[in-house]
Amino acid sequence: MFPASFEYVRAHTTDEAFAALQQHGFDGRVLAGGQSLIPAMRYRLARPAVLVDINPIKDLEFLKEENGFLRIGATTRDAALEFAPWILQRYSLITAVSKVVADPIVRHMGTVVGSVCHNDPAGDWTATSLASRAVMVVRGKNGLREVPIDEFLVDSYTTAVEEGEMALELKIPIPDAHTQGSYQKIERKVGDYATCAAAVQISLNADGTIRQAGIAITAAGPIAMRVAAAEAMLVGQKPSLELIKAAAAEAPKIASPNADQRGSSEYKKDMTRVLVGRGITEALQRLGVNA
Amino acid sequence: MNEIPVSIKINGKQVTASVESRTLLVHFIREQAELTGTHVGCDSSSCGVCTVLLDGDKPVKSCTMFAVMAHGHEITTVESLAPGGVLHPLQQAFWDQHGLQCGYCTPGMLMTSVALLKHNPNPTEHEIREGLSGNLCRCTGYNNIVKSIQQAAGVMSQAIPAAADD
Repeated sequence: MFPASFEYVRAHTTDEAFAALQQHGFDGRVLAGGQSLIPAMRYRLARPAVLVDINPIKDLEFLKEENGFLRIGATTRDAALEFAPWILQRYSLITAVSKVVADPIVRHMGTVVGSVCHNDPAGDWTATSLASRAVMVVRGKNGLREVPIDEFLVDSYTTAVEEGEMALELKIPIPDAHTQGSYQKIERKVGDYATCAAAVQISLNADGTIRQAGIAITAAGPIAMRVAAAEAMLVGQKPSLELIKAAAAEAPKIASPNADQRGSSEYKKDMTRVLVGRGITEALQRLGVNA
Repeated sequence: MNEIPVSIKINGKQVTASVESRTLLVHFIREQAELTGTHVGCDSSSCGVCTVLLDGDKPVKSCTMFAVMAHGHEITTVESLAPGGVLHPLQQAFWDQHGLQCGYCTPGMLMTSVALLKHNPNPTEHEIREGLSGNLCRCTGYNNIVKSIQQAAGVMSQAIPAAADD
């Protein structure tokens, strides 16, 4: 179906885009890759009055490491991460995610920042951002502010980006040599919404105990969720099979998945346990630890 | 009506028209450029029959892009593959290996494969299947499509010797 009519604003600079968004307020919406927004508009689930196209803004298309962070610009495509050899070598969580988001064609247009801003209940990048403790840079009336991902993700399709504001980049702390991740996703077929997925990132101390753990589940409730109890259980401990099982068992306690054609609520809840367990196990294996 | 001038270089030819902002790229290609090789399939960004190349090597679903977003860019469609009627090695391979039955998905399969072989001239079977996972075919069961791409990869790597430092 055709989308409803809208006014199109082509922005060439961040200033132009921001001015247009300020002018149009809640009527305005940022158009980045459009791989979620355009289908939603075609189904008339979304009817923005004004679209501000940020694709021509060259300054927002970047993927670089700076001051301890991997910086991903607002128009940087998923494929840019998927095909960067240095990402493949050093970012195991991001590498795993970048191969399973949507399908290979969609990844050439879809953006990481756009996906996090869309905040779909089944988003892959939202769960990844939680596990890797990302920060979103948002431009507002009072200038730039950095919003930790836990505060950024407010509710289904709702983020900390307020009326007239725009997200400029996602910052992910650079994993050190003792940090590895894993992404576990069940989907009926490529391109479908996940039945359930889990993002895991583990950092070890020199003595082999767990220094930091990032664990998030997605497609398991209204929003991607941090399994904080599992993280707390892991930190400071030596990895063991019992510990992994106990941590994984925390995931279903916070999951509230809807039953649909992909499975019953009970099944999906149990899959959060299974996927978190597999994710922790794989991250540890990548760190050379077989629990 | 929000009509906006849009100018896109399609298969090397500049096509300029005023269209509504909500016009999808696939409709611009079919109706303004009058190139109907690019098909519309699922209407839900799933099937990939509308796949075209953006700026030379990026496969995109032209049903999930507004024409205004392609303004000033280059688009390559399936019509560009056989200049002078000489089939592209991929087209020849789809013919030889029976890589199609009804043929509806073929333009998308071809364009995705062109991009796939540009990125990865010698893909494994697994890489081919993964690379095509955004394209649906409801008749062939994919085996012959995979064989077609394997044949084309072989032909194309013979035709263009790899550079010494490749």
